[in-house]
Amino acid sequence: MTTELYRPSEIQRGRVAYRRRQTIRSVLLAALSTAVAGAALAFAVTGAPGWDRVKSSFFDPDVAVRYLPDILDGLWLNIRLLVVCAAAALALGLLVAVLRTLRGPVFFPVRALATGYTYAFRGLPLIIVLYVCTLGVPGLRLQGMPSVLVLGGAALVITYGAYLAEVFRAGIESVHPSQLAAARSLGLTYRQTMRHVVLPQAVRRVAPPLLNDTVALQKDVGLVSLAGPIDAVRAAQIATAQDANFTPYIVAGVLFVLLALPLIGVTDWVTLRAARRQSAGA
Amino acid sequence: MLLSCENVRKTFGPTVVLDDLSLEVDEHRVVALIGASGSGKSTLLRCVNLLTGIDDGTIRLDGEDITDPRVNPDLVRRRIGMVFQSYNLFPHMTVLRNITLAPEKVHGRPAAEIRDQAMEWLGRVGLADKANSYPDRLSGGQQQRVAIVRALVNSPRLLLLDEVTSALDPELVGEVLTMIRGLKEEGMTMVLATHEMGFARQVADRVVFLDGGRVLEAGPPEQVLGDPVEARTRQFLARIIEAGRL
Repeated sequence: MTTELYRPSEIQRGRVAYRRRQTIRSVLLAALSTAVAGAALAFAVTGAPGWDRVKSSFFDPDVAVRYLPDILDGLWLNIRLLVVCAAAALALGLLVAVLRTLRGPVFFPVRALATGYTYAFRGLPLIIVLYVCTLGVPGLRLQGMPSVLVLGGAALVITYGAYLAEVFRAGIESVHPSQLAAARSLGLTYRQTMRHVVLPQAVRRVAPPLLNDTVALQKDVGLVSLAGPIDAVRAAQIATAQDANFTPYIVAGVLFVLLALPLIGVTDWVTLRAARRQSAGA
Repeated sequence: MLLSCENVRKTFGPTVVLDDLSLEVDEHRVVALIGASGSGKSTLLRCVNLLTGIDDGTIRLDGEDITDPRVNPDLVRRRIGMVFQSYNLFPHMTVLRNITLAPEKVHGRPAAEIRDQAMEWLGRVGLADKANSYPDRLSGGQQQRVAIVRALVNSPRLLLLDEVTSALDPELVGEVLTMIRGLKEEGMTMVLATHEMGFARQVADRVVFLDGGRVLEAGPPEQVLGDPVEARTRQFLARIIEAGRL
């Protein structure tokens, strides 16, 4: 009933009107400054003395169309590698993180191994791991040696698994001990507590950084081309060498950005949702 | 006798939290632990539930020595319910799932049966419409009542209540205390650590005053709260009255 009778006071109406004027003013100001900055940048680039040469060697539409199929073939390899490696690295990271939480002397070797792994492979440059896996391991000439592509993928999984394990571990440790106490007091075993109480909360909390690492992995999967397989960047490099024109690199770069957009979008959405849940007092 | 603590000692580093403490709780009885912060109330409850180990002495549940290292703590905890000061509901599960998790995973009971029982309990405490809500949508008093139901669906022999109203707004304390009073009428054996002296007087069969990890005074509520023998107890109660809590 009071809401029907309520009418904003003189002061409140004044405030609302003032805020509206301020909003309009800042929108106009933002539009103007964007236009000025954009025009200045365009003038600086296209007005540069070497612009015509750069334009023909980096932005040649004919070259772009000619080599697009080759680059797309390479990109298809990137996508397949990304999906498989991301899934495998997430699984490995989660496993290692859980192993590191195990208590008790029986688990000492497992714990030490997991800890040593995360220390070593976060420090070791990916390229070195790749060379060892793709060039060193086949040198053993064992029976049933997998292809170079699989070995390169393994190198990516091992390296990224170490990073993801630390992200998962941070998530596990962020779950308050009172949650463990509540779960154990209900009679749940350590395993059940991990499975039903700790991990679901931990994974939700670290979903944004996990997805961020997946975006980084997307760019690094192309490094397997160092061992032979042709990915999008390698395909662009070959094309560039054929025509002495750098446009294929630009094409590959644009494709990579387009590929990353959905993943980045998902990351932002998950982060936003997590922030909302936090502010709701979860 | 359902629970007995014999000469229990618990230390955290150089601090002695429980010092040669003995306590007995008969079935269908309610024992209230009172005492200043740091007197060992919460630690005692955590020791009984084996959430922390003890450094000396024996705790028996139904005559069985549960502090024997050969005893599986998970099996002991199935027989004991515990409710915490800060509710500790699982935030990623609905109210209903919070309640049905342990009966399903720990006690292996059929899902439909657990669900019916959980819904019946929620109805009794007036929270049936919250079954599918997440804990962050509930008030403190509602969350605490869910936490009590979560402990009760496992049909515990003993219920431990650790300052269950301390985190609640004064106007929400009543709804939780009413629920505990109902449990007493049904014959639930309870040990509760509390700062609510008025409530301890109403609901407890015995009040135990802890000081420095020892039982300084124990007896019927009228005696311990109304006419304490020990000077330290009188001093404690005087401060409580001063703070307007009695």
